[in-house]
Amino acid sequence: MADKESKHEAGHAREPSYLVAQKGLKSWLLTIDHKRLGMMYLGATMVFFFIAGMSAIAFRTELLTPGPGEISWVLEKLGMDPTQSATTYNKLFTVHGAVMVFLVIIPSVPAALGNFLLPLMLGAKDVAFPRLNLLSFWVYTLGALFFVYTLFAGGLDTGWTFYTPYSSNFSGTAVLSATFGAFILGFSSILTGLNFMVTIHKMRAPGMTWNRMPLFCWAIYATAVIQVLATPVLAITLMLLIAEKTLNIGIFDPAMGGDPVLFQHFFWFYSHPAVYIMILPGFGIVSELIAVHSRKHIFGYKAIALSSVAIAIISFVVWGHHMFVSGQSELAGIVFSFLTFAVAVPTAIKVFSWVATLYRGSIQFNTPMLYGLMFLFTFTIGGLTGVFLGTLSVDVHLHDTYFVVAHFHYVMMGGTIIAFIGGLHHWWPKMTGRMYPEWQGRWASLFIFVGFNMTFFNQFVMGQQGMPRRYYTYVPQFQQQHVLSSIGAYILLVGFLWIAYYLLGSLRKKNAPKEPLPDNPWGGASLEWHTQTPPIEHNFHGQPRVDSDPYSFPQIDRTGQVDHH
Amino acid sequence: MSSDHHSPKAHRPEGAEGDHPFRAHHFNTAGQQAGAAKLGMWAFLATEILMFSGLFLAYFIVRMHYPDMVLAAHEHLNKWAGGLNTVVLITSSVTMALAVRAAQTGDQKAILRNLLFTIGFALTFMVVKYFEYSAKIEHGMLPGKLYHAWDHGYIIEGNPHIFFAVYFCMTGLHGFHVLIGIGVLTWIYIRASKGHFSPRYYTPVENVGLYWHLVDLIWIFLFPLLYLVR
Repeated sequence: MADKESKHEAGHAREPSYLVAQKGLKSWLLTIDHKRLGMMYLGATMVFFFIAGMSAIAFRTELLTPGPGEISWVLEKLGMDPTQSATTYNKLFTVHGAVMVFLVIIPSVPAALGNFLLPLMLGAKDVAFPRLNLLSFWVYTLGALFFVYTLFAGGLDTGWTFYTPYSSNFSGTAVLSATFGAFILGFSSILTGLNFMVTIHKMRAPGMTWNRMPLFCWAIYATAVIQVLATPVLAITLMLLIAEKTLNIGIFDPAMGGDPVLFQHFFWFYSHPAVYIMILPGFGIVSELIAVHSRKHIFGYKAIALSSVAIAIISFVVWGHHMFVSGQSELAGIVFSFLTFAVAVPTAIKVFSWVATLYRGSIQFNTPMLYGLMFLFTFTIGGLTGVFLGTLSVDVHLHDTYFVVAHFHYVMMGGTIIAFIGGLHHWWPKMTGRMYPEWQGRWASLFIFVGFNMTFFNQFVMGQQGMPRRYYTYVPQFQQQHVLSSIGAYILLVGFLWIAYYLLGSLRKKNAPKEPLPDNPWGGASLEWHTQTPPIEHNFHGQPRVDSDPYSFPQIDRTGQVDHH
Repeated sequence: MSSDHHSPKAHRPEGAEGDHPFRAHHFNTAGQQAGAAKLGMWAFLATEILMFSGLFLAYFIVRMHYPDMVLAAHEHLNKWAGGLNTVVLITSSVTMALAVRAAQTGDQKAILRNLLFTIGFALTFMVVKYFEYSAKIEHGMLPGKLYHAWDHGYIIEGNPHIFFAVYFCMTGLHGFHVLIGIGVLTWIYIRASKGHFSPRYYTPVENVGLYWHLVDLIWIFLFPLLYLVR
C-alpha cells in the first residue's frame, strides 16, 4: 500500500529488532515501547487464560456424573472438607467467568495484539501516550493481583456478575477483593481505550485517511469508544457495591429500602457493551485474515468499518435483554427485545461481507485462515442463537439454561478466542521473528474445532430441554450430553496445550531460522508488513506514506478478474 | 529519525507551527502533540461524566422511590454552606480561565498569580466541605447502617439513610476530584514557576483548566439537586 517512491524500508540494512534493541529486565518492565507492552500483555493474558481454562476443566470433570462426587473426592484427598464440593463448584465457575472476562478476553485482542499492531498499521512510531500505556499495563497487573489474592483468600462464589443482594449481603467469600480488582482493571481498560482512540485520530501516517485504515484499526476504534464510554459506569457500580458491602449504605439492599435490580441495570449498562469490547476486535482480526489469505480485496470495506461503529452505538441501548425475567416492565422488555434484533443487522453485514470476500478468492488453507473460516462457522451459530435469546418470549423459557451458556461460548470463544488464536498465528512471525510449524498448526486447529463444537453444541439442546446453568448436580437423563461436553473440553485442552507447546517451542534458540524471516511472509498489504520482521525499535525508517487502501494485493492477486478498488 | 515535513493538513492539527523542548519523540510536530493531548483530555472528561452519571441516576431513582423523604432529609443540608461553595468554585473557574489566557499570551506572573488563586479557592471549598461533613457526622446523618440521627433528636420519615448515602457518595466523589485538582494545579504551578509555559506550549495548563471546569460544572449540578430540592 505504500507508494513506490518513498521506499521507506527497502535499502536499509537490518537493524536490531525491538526485542534486542535494549537489554535487561528493567528495559522490559519499564518500557514505553508499544510492541514490548503488547508482548507483556500477551504473556499475562495467556497465564490467566490457562488458569481460567483449567478451572473450566475442573468443573467439567465434576459434571461427568449426575451426583456430587468428583470434587469431594479431590477435596478428601487434599485433606479438606468434602461437603464443601458445592461451594467449590460455585467458586470454580466464578473464577472461570470472572478471570476469562476481566483478565483474558477484554485485554487479549486490544491490549496484546492491538498494542503491538495499531501503531504499526497506522504508520506511527508509537501510540499517542506511551507512558500512559505503561501505566495501563501496571494498573492491569495490580488488578490481576487482587484477583490472585481473591483466589488465595478462599475464592469467590457470586458468578462473574456480582448480583446483589447475594454479593453484598450473603456471600461469605472474597467479594471485596474481587470487585476492587475488577474496578482497577476497569481503569486499565479505560486508559488503553482512550490511548487507542487518540492514536487513531492523531497518529495516522500521511495519506492514511480514515478509509485507508486496515479494518483491524476500525474495530479497535469502535472498541475504544465503548471502553471509554461504558467502563466508567462499571467503576461507579462496583464502587457502590463496595460501599454497600462495607458500610451497608442500603442503595441495593431491599431490606433497607434499596433496589437490587438497580444493580443489574448498572451492571449490564456496562457489561452488555463490554460484550462488544470483547467481540469487535475479533471482527477486526477476521477481516484481516480473510482478506490476506484469500488474496482478495475485502468486500464492502466501508460497510464493515461502519458496522463496527453501528454495533458500538447500538450496544448501549440493549442491556435490558439480560433482565427479561428480572421484573422490569413489560414495555421495557419489548423495547429492549426489538433493539436487540437491531444488533443482528450490522453483524450480518460483516458476515456476508467476509463470505463475499472469499468468493472467487485464491484461498490459502494455512493455519490463520483455518481459524478465520472456523470463526465464520462458529460465530454465525453464536450470533444467530443470540437472536433466539433476544426474543422476549423465547428467552423466558431459555433464561439461565445451558442454551445461554452455549450461546455466549459460541460468541466469546467461537468468536473472540478463535479469532485471537488465528491472529496470533498470522502475526506470530512479525511479533517474534519465528515461524510456527505449519502442519502442527493445522492439526491443532482441528482439535480446537472438534473439541469446541463437541463441548458446546449439545449444550444448546440440553438448555432447550431445561438443564439450568450453574448447577453442580443434574437429573440423570442429561448425563450422556454432559459427558460428551466434558470430553469435548478435554480435546479442547489438548488442542490449546499443543498450540502453546509449538508456539513456545518456536522461540527456543535451536529453532531460530538461519536466515531472518521475510518482512512480509503472507503478502499482506497493510503497513505492518512493510517494516522489518521483527520490527525495529522505532517501527519504521522514516515516515511511511500511504497512497492506497490496505487490501490491494496487486502482485499476488491471482484471480485476475477482480477490481482492486 | 527522519521525519516528514510535508504531511497533509489532516495529519497536522492547527497551530502546528513552532517547536518546543517538550515535544515527545514519537510526534512529528508540536501541533500533533497538542492535538493528541487535548483530544485525550476531552475523552477523559467524557469518562468522568459517565462515571458521575451513574450516581446521578442513583439519585433520581432514590428520589423517585421516596420523594417525601428526600424533601425532608435535604432540609438538614446547610444551604448557605453549599451556596458559598458554589460561589467559590465558580470564581475559581474564572481565575483558572485567566491562568490559561495568561499562559497563551506568555504573561508568566499572571499564570502564577491566577493558579495560586485557583488553588486557594479549591482549598476554601474543601474547608467548607469539612465543616459540613463534621456537622453531618455529629448529627449521625450518615449513610446506611451508620445512620443514627434519631439519637440526636432528628426524626426524618422514610429511609433517610439512603439519601445520606447518595449525598456522601456524590459529594465524596466530587470532593475527591477537588483534591486531585489541587494536586494537578500544584504540579502545573511548579512547572509554571520553572518557566515551562509559553505561547508555543501551554497544553498542560489548558488541560488542567478543562479538568477544573468539569469539576466545577459537576458541583453546579450537585448543588441544586441535593441542597435545593422542591
